[in-house]
Amino acid sequence: MTLEGIAETLRSLWGLWLMVLFLGIVFWAFRPKNKDKLESYGDIPLRDDDNEER
Amino acid sequence: MTQATMAQRGARTDATPDYLDDVVKKFVIAATFWGVIGFLAGDYIAWQLAFPVLNLDLEWTSFGRLRPVHTSAVIFAFGGNILFATSIFVVQRTCRATFFGGSTSGNILFWGFQLFIVMAALSYVLGFVSGKEYAEPEWWLDLYLTVLWVIYLVSFMGTLYKRSEPHIYVANWFYLAFIVTIAMLHLGNNLAIPVIFLGGDSFMKSYGLYAGVQDAMTQWWYGHNAVGFFLTAGFLAIMYYFVPKRANRPVYSYRLSIVHFWALIFLYIWAGPHHLHYTALPDWAQTLGATFSVMLWMPSWGGMINGLMTLSGAWDKLRTDPVMRFLVSSVAFYGMSTFEGPLMSIRPVNSLSHYTDWTIGHVHSGALGWVAFVSFGALYYLVPVLWRRKSLYSMRLVSMHFWIATVGIVVYITAMWISGIMQGLMWRAYDSMGFLQYSFIETVEAMHPYYVIRAIGGLLFLAGSLIMVYNFWRTIRGDVRNEVPYESAATAGARG
Amino acid sequence: MMNFHKKIETNVVLLLLGILATIIVGGLVEIVPLFTISSTIEKVEGVRPHSPLELAGRNIYLREGCYNCHSQMIRPFRDEVERYGHYSLAAESMYDHPFQWGSKRTGPDLARVGGKYSNDWHVRHMNNPRDVVPESIMPGYKHLNRPLKFADAGAHLKTLSLVGVPYTADMITNALADLKAQATPDADVTGISARYPKARLGDADGKPEVTEMDALVAYLQVLGTMVDFTSFDPVRAQALR
Repeated sequence: MTLEGIAETLRSLWGLWLMVLFLGIVFWAFRPKNKDKLESYGDIPLRDDDNEER
Repeated sequence: MTQATMAQRGARTDATPDYLDDVVKKFVIAATFWGVIGFLAGDYIAWQLAFPVLNLDLEWTSFGRLRPVHTSAVIFAFGGNILFATSIFVVQRTCRATFFGGSTSGNILFWGFQLFIVMAALSYVLGFVSGKEYAEPEWWLDLYLTVLWVIYLVSFMGTLYKRSEPHIYVANWFYLAFIVTIAMLHLGNNLAIPVIFLGGDSFMKSYGLYAGVQDAMTQWWYGHNAVGFFLTAGFLAIMYYFVPKRANRPVYSYRLSIVHFWALIFLYIWAGPHHLHYTALPDWAQTLGATFSVMLWMPSWGGMINGLMTLSGAWDKLRTDPVMRFLVSSVAFYGMSTFEGPLMSIRPVNSLSHYTDWTIGHVHSGALGWVAFVSFGALYYLVPVLWRRKSLYSMRLVSMHFWIATVGIVVYITAMWISGIMQGLMWRAYDSMGFLQYSFIETVEAMHPYYVIRAIGGLLFLAGSLIMVYNFWRTIRGDVRNEVPYESAATAGARG
Repeated sequence: MMNFHKKIETNVVLLLLGILATIIVGGLVEIVPLFTISSTIEKVEGVRPHSPLELAGRNIYLREGCYNCHSQMIRPFRDEVERYGHYSLAAESMYDHPFQWGSKRTGPDLARVGGKYSNDWHVRHMNNPRDVVPESIMPGYKHLNRPLKFADAGAHLKTLSLVGVPYTADMITNALADLKAQATPDADVTGISARYPKARLGDADGKPEVTEMDALVAYLQVLGTMVDFTSFDPVRAQALR
């Protein structure tokens, strides 16, 4: 297979497997099981330094 | 050691580590300084386009040499110092760890970066440039910056590595992506062979490895992602820390921020070819670039929603806290320019907008509205915190800065929309006989009033930044202005 | 504790690797094929490396930041082709390190400015653009009247040959002589004419020494003139895209 052929094949397939990867990330992030754990990370900046409250 | 200092130190060690803040202070001052210089340079060259006599007929002051000074000053000097300041501040606090390498690496980064800025500006004015937009420094400065950047990457990753917070907060993901990607782009785009290695006389000249169409693609892969990773990912990190911090509430959806991150950094890198529509770049690359640019609209707006909705339930802060107003407006401008960008990457739209002032207007709605505003918000937050002042000198002056700058931006981008679309239409206008209706110089002449209006908009933006400088100076001195405070919802409610 | 630490370490490194993998794909897919797919650059007759004087002029074009206001890329639209000439081909900039397609037309496109104006017009225009175009907003470039530094012309050609520009040993050896011959009236030009066909010969500004102005004008005068469009088949070129 020539380089051009490989480039052609990749161009026709990448959309598919990247979409799968993306949906995987979305699924993982928005799984109800992960909700509390992930959302608790949002508090990190708010806990970081007490002397800065003005 | 007195009892008091012992106690104080004890309190600090179990609550927070001894963060490296001196260097952050220096970066804050430098960012403010270079911001003013960069805005000034930009406004000066804006007046040059309206009144060419301002080029002074000197080689060092012509538009062609000063424009890179403006772009580099605002992007790399102002933006870069902001990114250094905030990243060093944020990574320490969200990791609960001191900066890796301590004040040694901090100071090397600070002084090293300022030297880079001065050398770059001098070399542009003297005419030693590579001839590639936003990558003008010659090979020796590129090498020097590479060394600095490696120190930055190692220090940043080192801080992440020694963190005591188990999770790496999302702002740090964006900072890391910014640092790594800029390293890759910088190296990939600037590979060159200096003539002095082959017996040339000048240390200052090199020839890049790529030519023509390959060089164009590499350049805009670099150029567009300087926008995507320097001016977007890095500043999104600022949004993800400073908006929640200032609002005192967690980001709207942490899960959305994860999806935002991966989608954004993946999609952005492909969008470069939209700078090369209808050129000699092969069509397949142009199509790829346009497709990804349109897709990019989704994560961009996902991020915008995440930033704006952080305020949900606390919208009154927009009225009572002018610093919050800067931060939130920046996110709104981000939404606006990330809507306009994909629109302009669609080929028929681009055929009109490309090569015109519409592009300049678009860049500035992002650069002034998003990058500068989120930076101002972060700076206004940082100055009292770093110098341990009770508050800023004046909130009223922050509000004044906000309104002057906002009017300036609106004037600027409106003028550029009109002039850009008008010039694009004039270039392609035909008369009833089937001839081109306008000569090129007639389209230049038609731009004059808009160039004047744009320069006035820029002047307003510059004036706003000077108000900020004054406010910082008084804040650092420890002054508090005697003024009517902004009411909070609670007090307003209590009063009935 | 050791396990805990190890996990943290892998996380930072994993994050870095994840980012790298994510950002590398786009560049690889878009840039690498441009080097490997042969139809990226059309096969046309006439494109040659710049003569030493044109190259020196090109470096002045870069130094002055002309690309900030002038493009060198004509798009295939009716109005652009009528205003500027045949749309630009990839082949025409294949020896340009760096490319100068530009991104803004504050001034007109220059891809085919060669031969459109006389040398004299260019010199007057550079000295004070408003002398020839009263409405122009271009800066004046009086400082180009100084002598050109060109003693290392050969080294420039040698460097460019290293990055793929087909300068022959003959061209590199004669770089200095060719540069002078191109800018000197009544010089022996058989060598340079053979090595660099269509090079604009003669002294542009009438000054006895070779000036920066001579170099810049020589560069501007060759822009877009190399390809012979009578032998160019656009249908074939389009098919090769």
